[in-house]
Amino acid sequence: MTPEQIRSEIEAAIPGCSVEVAPNGAVPGQASLAVDRLHALEAAWFLRRHPGLLLDFCSNVAGVDWLDREISEKVKVRKLVDGVEQEAEETRKSKIPGRLEAVYHLFSIEKKQGPVILRVRTENRSDRVEIPSLTPVWRSAEFQEREIFDLYGIVFTGHPDLRRLLMWEGFTDHPMRKDYVPPPEDDGPQDPRGAVGKEAAAG
Amino acid sequence: MISSLKEMPREAGETGGMAGSGAGSQLLEVAMGPHHPSTHGVFRMDVQLEGERVVRLKPVFGYLHRNHEQIAEKTSYLGSMPYTDRLDYLCSMSNNWAYALTVEKLTGLQPPERAEYIRVIMAELTRVQNHAGLIGFLLQDMGASGTPLMYAFREREKILDLFEWVSGARMMCNYMRFGGVRVDLPEGWVEGALAFVERAPRFLDEYEGLLRNSEIVMARTQGVGLLPAELAVNAGVTGPMLRASGVNYDLRKVDRYGVYDRFSFRVPLGEKGDVYDRYMMRLLEMRESVSILAQALRDLPGGPILDPKSKLRGLRPKAGEVYGRIEAPKGELGFYLISDGSTNPYRYRVRPPSLINLTVLEDMCLDRSVADVVVILGSVDIVLGEVDR
Repeated sequence: MTPEQIRSEIEAAIPGCSVEVAPNGAVPGQASLAVDRLHALEAAWFLRRHPGLLLDFCSNVAGVDWLDREISEKVKVRKLVDGVEQEAEETRKSKIPGRLEAVYHLFSIEKKQGPVILRVRTENRSDRVEIPSLTPVWRSAEFQEREIFDLYGIVFTGHPDLRRLLMWEGFTDHPMRKDYVPPPEDDGPQDPRGAVGKEAAAG
Repeated sequence: MISSLKEMPREAGETGGMAGSGAGSQLLEVAMGPHHPSTHGVFRMDVQLEGERVVRLKPVFGYLHRNHEQIAEKTSYLGSMPYTDRLDYLCSMSNNWAYALTVEKLTGLQPPERAEYIRVIMAELTRVQNHAGLIGFLLQDMGASGTPLMYAFREREKILDLFEWVSGARMMCNYMRFGGVRVDLPEGWVEGALAFVERAPRFLDEYEGLLRNSEIVMARTQGVGLLPAELAVNAGVTGPMLRASGVNYDLRKVDRYGVYDRFSFRVPLGEKGDVYDRYMMRLLEMRESVSILAQALRDLPGGPILDPKSKLRGLRPKAGEVYGRIEAPKGELGFYLISDGSTNPYRYRVRPPSLINLTVLEDMCLDRSVADVVVILGSVDIVLGEVDR
């Protein structure tokens, strides 16, 4: 099934669910499905149970951080210049607000097919970063969603055990974000002679 | 080893290391690791015990975390190739291949036939030494001190000699390139590899006969750490562990990446999904790997080893994204790359089979004794360089 077909099936099966087919510019270029976060869990169940897809295996879950982006397009407009209509080029700038994204790569072991790529996006990068956890559908997302929570700061609602995975408890930032600045080293100036030299200097 | 644990949310009424819960029972919290010998690295399991019985087990990660993914996002595509060696540091050749394959999918490079064969040979040699080593460690954890592991390492040395001969390094090979391999096989290498392959069945017979029918090994492994097929699939378990539960899913057969469609080999499957099945799975897979090796060395074609379009420096793939995966010795090793058209990846993600296979560790260990936890963990096959990245 093509992503467009899957999209129309999801939208038909789940009322109110909006799915966007996100294009992919790479050479094989498989497009992905961006599902709105309110219906992501339902859509995931649908994909797993769909008899033609049977996506029983969620292989990979990846977090992505998209900063605010400015896109400038050149648009041709017709303008009246000195009373004569002429074609002129104008640059229009549009702003894409930043957001965080969880990307799920789904395969079917039963049908030996895949992948179908599912994306769930947060509203912004700062205070509205909740998306539903898909761990109830595929348990393989359990540690991977914890890792994304840890490194990107996406809050997965409904996750059974949402704690940091790799960084230590008490760490506050999210080091995989694109604007992450590591804290200054607080070890103080190092004595090149080491501990022995320090002791010797102290007498 | 005994400590009170910060990470475990306490239930009402519990106070410290020893805490009462319910009438007459006492729960003991034990932190196994990060320096427990059975973890073979820095990994911790927070275990709650009722007597000897495990009632809860939470793995704790991150002791070897070095933010591999972010380092890779700040360097060029080729710049992370040597760093992939350090993920699963026993299987650097497979890691190289997975990464090279993903970038080739992103850029459309096509490795020449000879390079594809060389990759298969390297990957299968890697699988043999990984599985031999794993069985050695597993048996060592059960108390068979030394002998099986030394047998495995004797063979592993021969494979590492071959790796060193071709790439200059025994473990950190950094051998694959986008669109091929770095250097051609040196003179005499194929004969050396053939000599290994010829002797390998004798080693496998010896290694299998060593403890396969041992009563102690059977008692410690049969019916221990059961993993039902449905749970294994749902939890994303891959590799020999998944097949030990009876699920026929081998990416060499499913994706047919590289030139795997040209070799005839079988995919062994387990029945029960216990530790014994996982142990047997590795023994059987080594035999199939040796058979693939013999076929690949026999059919190895001549010709170039690198796609002429391959650029070592200044690689700028078109903006887009790709997910590539191979059947690494430990399971499905995947790379997810997003390119924004610049010289370094916008997003670089490793799908680590070792980490995801640990999702079911608690399910396998519940109601078993601490001694079984050691054996079950040993049968998962983890390398902490890959778990924590």
